[in-house]
Amino acid sequence: MELILFYVFAVTVVGGGIGVVASRNPVASLMFMVVSLASVAGIYVLLEAHFLAAIQVMVYAGAIMVLFLFVIMLLNLGHDYRDDLVRGLYAVCAFVVSGAICGILATRFGGAESSALYESFPGAAAMDLELAERGAVSLIARPLFQEYVVPFEITGILLLVAVVGAVALAKKRV
Amino acid sequence: MTLDFSTPAHYLLALLPEIVLSVWGTVVLLAGVWKGGATSAPRAGSGNLAVLAMVGVLAAAFANGWLYGLTPGQGSTMIAVDRFHLFANWIFLLAAMLALAISPAYVRRQRLQEGEFHALVLFATVGMMLMGGTRDLIVIFLALEVMSISAYVLSGFNRRDPKSAESGLKYFLLGAFSTGFLLYGIALVYGATGSTNLGLIALAIGSDAAVAGLLHVGIALLAIGFAFKVSAIPFHMWTPDVYEGAPSPVTAFMSASVKAAAFVAFARVFLVGFGGIPGSWYAIGWWLAALTMVIANVIALAQTNVKRLLAYSSIAHAGYLLVAIVALNQNATAGLLFYLLVYTAMNIGAFAVILCVSGHGEERLGIHRYAGLGARHPALAVCLTIFLLSLAGFPGTGGFMGKIFILQGAAEAGLWTLSVIFVLTTVVSYYYYLRIAWYMWMREAAESDEPDPVTVPLTMRFAMGAAVAVVIGLGVFPGGGVGFARAGAEGLLTAGALLLGAAP
Repeated sequence: MELILFYVFAVTVVGGGIGVVASRNPVASLMFMVVSLASVAGIYVLLEAHFLAAIQVMVYAGAIMVLFLFVIMLLNLGHDYRDDLVRGLYAVCAFVVSGAICGILATRFGGAESSALYESFPGAAAMDLELAERGAVSLIARPLFQEYVVPFEITGILLLVAVVGAVALAKKRV
Repeated sequence: MTLDFSTPAHYLLALLPEIVLSVWGTVVLLAGVWKGGATSAPRAGSGNLAVLAMVGVLAAAFANGWLYGLTPGQGSTMIAVDRFHLFANWIFLLAAMLALAISPAYVRRQRLQEGEFHALVLFATVGMMLMGGTRDLIVIFLALEVMSISAYVLSGFNRRDPKSAESGLKYFLLGAFSTGFLLYGIALVYGATGSTNLGLIALAIGSDAAVAGLLHVGIALLAIGFAFKVSAIPFHMWTPDVYEGAPSPVTAFMSASVKAAAFVAFARVFLVGFGGIPGSWYAIGWWLAALTMVIANVIALAQTNVKRLLAYSSIAHAGYLLVAIVALNQNATAGLLFYLLVYTAMNIGAFAVILCVSGHGEERLGIHRYAGLGARHPALAVCLTIFLLSLAGFPGTGGFMGKIFILQGAAEAGLWTLSVIFVLTTVVSYYYYLRIAWYMWMREAAESDEPDPVTVPLTMRFAMGAAVAVVIGLGVFPGGGVGFARAGAEGLLTAGALLLGAAP
């Protein structure tokens, strides 16, 4: 059952991704992206990462997609942008490169021996313990606010800089 | 006192200069808002915000000096309190100081938003300092973004000037593109080694636990990402346009310290993280360095716009500095740090003179504008001559000593072909640097009917004086600076070697 669900979600992830690139209308490709992101959330659920799945739906499939949609509608990008696409050699190169990366990932992480590798990862047992004791939220919150508190704070500066920069560049009267 | 990061308070101490500077950046921002918009009539003493920002830089410099009293704990902690970090901080603080000193007149003249401008310079400096001071790829990425986004905004800051706006947009798009490479590289390296900490990555590589294929692709992508940031050929396309279009004080700041920060992080990632497998990136670095030195110097020969010329000169310098990274030994790394320090002073100094000569709207950028400058403004011309000689690498200047130290490291590593290219391209570069000097001293001004707009404000004089002092001081008495740089390089490389021996 789990395997069937996984394949269903995997197909919709990849199909949605192809739809994003292939559809001509930006709004349509955005909708494909929502499908793709929601299916990723489904895969998270199968991996028993419920918190991550909820965040994925709320932040990515929800908030960020709405933002995208706003931008597309505000900028009136609803027209056909087929002329802007590059074809020919570039497309071939893109497919070759992404295919090569997929191949490397598949050969390294596919197969039975690598799944045994994951079982033996030093963090795996500790993560299971933590998950059983405190739940998924704590599993994310503890590293975020303890081990990775410095990057967390730097993100704050980053967002401040981005906001200040956006206002400074986009303010109506200078 | 030993910093082992057993309590969170240690982070506050270890990051004191960065914290001081970011708090000060917010203060400057608020002061700018409180003071009122740029459209209101200029009040008395409007240079205040730049001075306020400079006070913040000084405070951060004090904090940085105080950090020398602490001993870093063992192990590969996220924040590195080693001499490498502290030396790099001096470079960034010097760059910020000089950039803040040369910008007020321009900012006022162009009626830019003072508070935001100076605050962004401070925030960019925070990002650079964090880039130099961390052993974690996540922090490197975030710090790089803090620095880059500030730089994108600053280069497009003069919105009324279409060139500046174009430069900002171009920099943003290409920079975001290159960040993608960097981030993908980080993800693959994480996948291959199971960690984003450079010490643990080195450990995984040393014990053959890393997944080879992923690791090599990751290293290549990281190298591309950094090559974009240091503007090495063939990833340099954005540099001339961005440097030409951005406001001159910003170009001065960017060309010196953004490059320095990228090199410092480049050095730490590749020497500490991937120092165990130089074979995987040696060829990439070698070709990047060789191509950058040759092509940039040849293109620079044909430039007639001074800002574009210095842009190609800065690309060429990226090539020289890449040689130091490829050499992968202590002398070369010390040379890298020393050269970055000198480069910051001489490059910002040269841009300061250009800013003075270029006039109100930066319209006087052609090389023929420099004809007769020696007769009209001897002090300015002498300064520019010193900076140009140092950029070219004349004996007696800091630039010469920096090149000697890098060559020494390269010779030690047996990089003979690269050393020969280094020396030959340096000789070629004499032509275009000295051409400006020749215009200044040997040519009469063509027509003198237009008014001479050259003004040199007080803070600008201070900046030029400081830059000349650094360039000449390090050229004549390089001993102190080199000792300092050696200590920095030693901190970096021994940390890398220790980690291979013992788990953190």
